[in-house]
Amino acid sequence: MSVETTVAQPEVKKSEPLFSKKNRKVVSDPLDDNNPITVQVLGICSALAVTVQVKPALIMTLGVIFVCAFSNLIIALIRDTIPNRVRIIVQLIVVALLVTIVDQVLKAYMYDVSKKLSVFVGLIITNCIIMGRLEAFAMSQRPWPSFLDGIGNGIGYGVILVVVAIFRELFGSGSLLGFKVVPQWLYDMGYVNNGLMVLPPAALFIIGIYIWVQRSRNAKLLNVS
Amino acid sequence: MKFIRRIVDSIKPHFEKGGRFEKLHPAFDALETFLFVPGETTSGGVHVRDAIDLKRTMVTVIIALVPTMLFGMWNVGYQHHLAYGMEAGLMDNFMFGFWKVLPIIVVSYAAGLGVEFIFAVVKGHSVSEGYLVTGLLIPLTLPVTVPLWMVALAAIFCTLLGKEIFGGTGMNFMNPALLARAFLFFAFPAYMSGDIWTDLSPEAGQAIVDAYSGATNLVTFDTNHTLLPSAGDMFWGFEQGSIGETSVFACLIGAFILIATGIGSWKIIVSCFAGAYFMGLILNGLAPDDLPMHSMHTPAYYHWLMGGFAFGAVYMATDPVSAAQTERGKWIYGLLIGAFTVILRVFNPAYPEGVMLSILLMNVFAPLIDHVVVERHIKRRLKRA
Repeated sequence: MSVETTVAQPEVKKSEPLFSKKNRKVVSDPLDDNNPITVQVLGICSALAVTVQVKPALIMTLGVIFVCAFSNLIIALIRDTIPNRVRIIVQLIVVALLVTIVDQVLKAYMYDVSKKLSVFVGLIITNCIIMGRLEAFAMSQRPWPSFLDGIGNGIGYGVILVVVAIFRELFGSGSLLGFKVVPQWLYDMGYVNNGLMVLPPAALFIIGIYIWVQRSRNAKLLNVS
Repeated sequence: MKFIRRIVDSIKPHFEKGGRFEKLHPAFDALETFLFVPGETTSGGVHVRDAIDLKRTMVTVIIALVPTMLFGMWNVGYQHHLAYGMEAGLMDNFMFGFWKVLPIIVVSYAAGLGVEFIFAVVKGHSVSEGYLVTGLLIPLTLPVTVPLWMVALAAIFCTLLGKEIFGGTGMNFMNPALLARAFLFFAFPAYMSGDIWTDLSPEAGQAIVDAYSGATNLVTFDTNHTLLPSAGDMFWGFEQGSIGETSVFACLIGAFILIATGIGSWKIIVSCFAGAYFMGLILNGLAPDDLPMHSMHTPAYYHWLMGGFAFGAVYMATDPVSAAQTERGKWIYGLLIGAFTVILRVFNPAYPEGVMLSILLMNVFAPLIDHVVVERHIKRRLKRA
């Protein structure tokens, strides 16, 4: 609601449509061409840690989307009043505030997931993606594109998390979202869950394969070092 | 032979440029060069002209692996009959092991070469012989009871992620065969440790053995090193373990072949053994006196005989691609492999087979070792100038 009002003002001045081509690109870019995990290689730590099962990965994704979008929005709103020398501290305070909200909500309504995510919710504060977007985007852009950029990067991060989590849960525990997927007759035939998939290195392998596939399909990425 | 040559020649045009199966040329080429000596010779600005090529190198390593493989097959049968308390002759033991080991080898080759062929066809390069050795090394590092689909999975994993992703044979920074074993070790721990070392498939007319202690020497050693079998037994290999690794003697025959032909670096083999021995001596010196059964008291040379140390040092550490390249670097590389193996064995009972992990670790460090050696050399020469 406050989002609507703050956003409306610059829109009127420039009269740029809300979902102009540029704005749409801001959202879609982080999904593939400029993915925070596979192209910028940020936020790897939490991608390894919370992807053993799909459910925590989804919750973590929602948390990061929320924090990333609203911290971008808030910083973009007050960017002209932030003294340059203390900007990191101001950004951190904003991020910490939002992370605390996520953490408290999780503790109140989803205690078991909150325990599973444990310290990694708190560590969203130090997630390089969020600080990176604040520094690179929100500090120099108007609020609405910043907000979209936050959502785009959050989703870009989430896509990888969920893909990795699907593989790890399917092969590591034989289930998806907690439901048994691998049928019993397969186990009777001698199939065994892959113990490596439960360990963090498996996430690294899957992200590596994802990058490999992505680069072989997307010619734009070949010269990105 | 002429008959096969004629068939190959008759279907050859289809695989040449413009032929019907042009895309499959790499696969055809691999088969043809496997069957016949290729007619092409090196041309252009090449400075080294040598009779030895990749194929001969690989075949030499396979010949060096034959003693361990034959002994491993015999030992599989021997351990099986021992568990049932049966008397069995040399050939009985060998044939039993042969039919147990052969499927593992076939599956390993089929899966790994399948990946190689697909990659060669997609990427349009020729299939190289690198997998011939890897495909034989993988079965020899596994227990005989391993399910075949796990062998296939490991072979695919190591070929894909250990080699092809980095550019194929010669580009792998880790030993692919060890990578396959490490993959299985972490992915299916229940099938790679515990009471799985002896094949207990039922025998006609014998009571089924279902609780047979499968403690390998490395497990015994961690609980009470004084219970280890005699050094002689461990040297000749009459013990439980992975298929190819039990006999140090067979590994030494292989080492002799590798060193005599110059395929394997004697510096790496010698320094691996030396590193393990020195580390064993150091730990002997530091061992607590009030715990006489502690594994730190194990005589240093026992580390040479236990587990797959000799196999790893001879066949795995000497892999010319993943080892250190500089001569001085090879000494450092080998010494550290030996030392880390002993450290892992003594201080980390969760991973009894330290040699696998320490070789993989040093594979990663080999480029760094080379870099330091080269930099130091440059600095020394500059000072002299």
